[in-house]
Amino acid sequence: MIDSHARIEALAAARERIALVLTLLMILLYFGFIALVAFARPVLARLVLPGLSLGILLGALVIVVSWLLTWVYVRWMAANYDDEIHRLREGR
Amino acid sequence: MTAQGTAIGQPNPVAMAFFFGFIGVTLGITWWAARRTRTTEHFYAAGRTVTAGQNGVALAGDYMSAASFLGIAGLVSTTGFDGLIFSTGWLVGWPIVLFLIAEPLRNLGRYTFADVLAARLGATPVRVAAAAGTLATVTLYLIAQMVGAGGLISLMFGLSYETAIVLVGAAMIAYVLFGGMLATTWVQIVKAALLLSGAALLAIMVLWRFELNPARLFAAAAERYGAGVLAPGKLVANPLDAVSLGLALMFGTAGLPHILMRFYTVPDARAARRSVFYATGIIGVFYLMTFVLGFGAMVLVGPDAIRAVDKGGNMAAPLLAELLGGRPFLGFIAAVAFATILAVVAGLTLSGAAALSHDLWANVVRHGRAAEGEELRVARVATLGLGVLTVLLGITFKGQNVAFMVSLAFAIAASGNFPALVLCIFWRRCTTSGAVASMATGTLGTLGLIALSPTVQVDILGRPDAWFPLKNPALVTLPLSFAVGIVVSLVTPSTRVREGYAEWERRMHLGAAAK
Repeated sequence: MIDSHARIEALAAARERIALVLTLLMILLYFGFIALVAFARPVLARLVLPGLSLGILLGALVIVVSWLLTWVYVRWMAANYDDEIHRLREGR
Repeated sequence: MTAQGTAIGQPNPVAMAFFFGFIGVTLGITWWAARRTRTTEHFYAAGRTVTAGQNGVALAGDYMSAASFLGIAGLVSTTGFDGLIFSTGWLVGWPIVLFLIAEPLRNLGRYTFADVLAARLGATPVRVAAAAGTLATVTLYLIAQMVGAGGLISLMFGLSYETAIVLVGAAMIAYVLFGGMLATTWVQIVKAALLLSGAALLAIMVLWRFELNPARLFAAAAERYGAGVLAPGKLVANPLDAVSLGLALMFGTAGLPHILMRFYTVPDARAARRSVFYATGIIGVFYLMTFVLGFGAMVLVGPDAIRAVDKGGNMAAPLLAELLGGRPFLGFIAAVAFATILAVVAGLTLSGAAALSHDLWANVVRHGRAAEGEELRVARVATLGLGVLTVLLGITFKGQNVAFMVSLAFAIAASGNFPALVLCIFWRRCTTSGAVASMATGTLGTLGLIALSPTVQVDILGRPDAWFPLKNPALVTLPLSFAVGIVVSLVTPSTRVREGYAEWERRMHLGAAAK
């Protein structure tokens, strides 16, 4: 019981750490984009390709990177969390 | 194309056929689900038998409203890049739901997010506060959806506004009343499939004309309407407004009761996690398609023709469909928009009914001693009452400017529901008084500040200026709600709650079954 408690604490701390880091990255990503929209309009108007402005590219990237962050989390949890939870549940 | 050249607003046989087809299929689903809905666990949580993949699609269905399909496409078609800011904003809440809320919620609660608070803190006060926050969010969201629905449906099908509202209300009540969460889930899945395939088909038809290269489409838009459409314009004249709305969208998603409720329909926390991953992918693809639909409507239909049909630009996607696929395709897209509205209001009504029957009646009034059958009966009465109220509110608010109510619902969810939930789940020293104070501050503060904001004072009441400068109050109310929750918890310490945290953490990770 004491042992399983320490293991849960360790697991909880690890999950909270990755969740916090990814949440902060998400906040930086989106509010970074909003900050550019608000304060760097000429930069966003610059064309990367004919027709494709940096603003449109970054807007699309915010969506894609958000989804990639959820993928990172799901992979991290599958690799570092699920097996240990399974063992704890089985009482091992 | 001119406004006179469109068949929008005339009875459209294809739209009618698709629409009645959708109603027929979903009522069939409801009949099937009704025979499997015998307990409260079935009614609120579909017997926890929904798979991660199904729930992912259903979450996307619950979230992708007609406002985002028609509204964002319209905004992009008339303003260009500025509309895209909304496309991204509507997605960024989902990773937050995944990282902070989905799994603890699944392991710590049964049917509503108030269950989580009540499992750790003083049950009665937190349930009352959480139910109030839920009902405020749900009611505002419902009014916005219903008024939008009435307007859109009368515009597209030529029905009267009131008929449209009653039709939506009747179908929604039938789904929830008889089929509970199981029917609601499958209505969401059918709707999400229709919406995605409709939008994808439309996007491909647009890109076909631009050699399947989005950059050529954007270039055509810039050529015709100036390079300004590819860059930020005057919509974000006030950066603080943009940040405040961003906060509401980002953290509001993680406090929307009808979204949170969906995590109880899957068997375990791992399935809840995977369902958010799927939902984020689906919703992301959908919002990326709004880039193409919006610019496609701008180039092919033209902003003036779009505004001529509807000042708000909401008809951009239907007009685009008519131009590219004629009246049959217009009919299909119109029916998809109708299905979209129906599914969203069904999910909202179910979560409102759960707050009334599960949180207020069964646990506050009857102190958890209500029999299973009694709670189920109350849940059905609550569904009926809420459905009728929604129809009446929809008719009452006819012609009013209610677009702000969606962002207001997000602001309440972000500052009323989200902070208390985070403090209760992750903070050892959180107390009952702290959580209640945080929810009350967030909900009442948001309602108060929105009443003093330019949205209400200038846009609706027509005053020259407003006392509170921001259109969305989340920038003030979200941090305030966290601060109040923390300060009140610190001045009302509870040894019992603090010492129970080890057991709480155990349940959060191992689930309720592990004692």
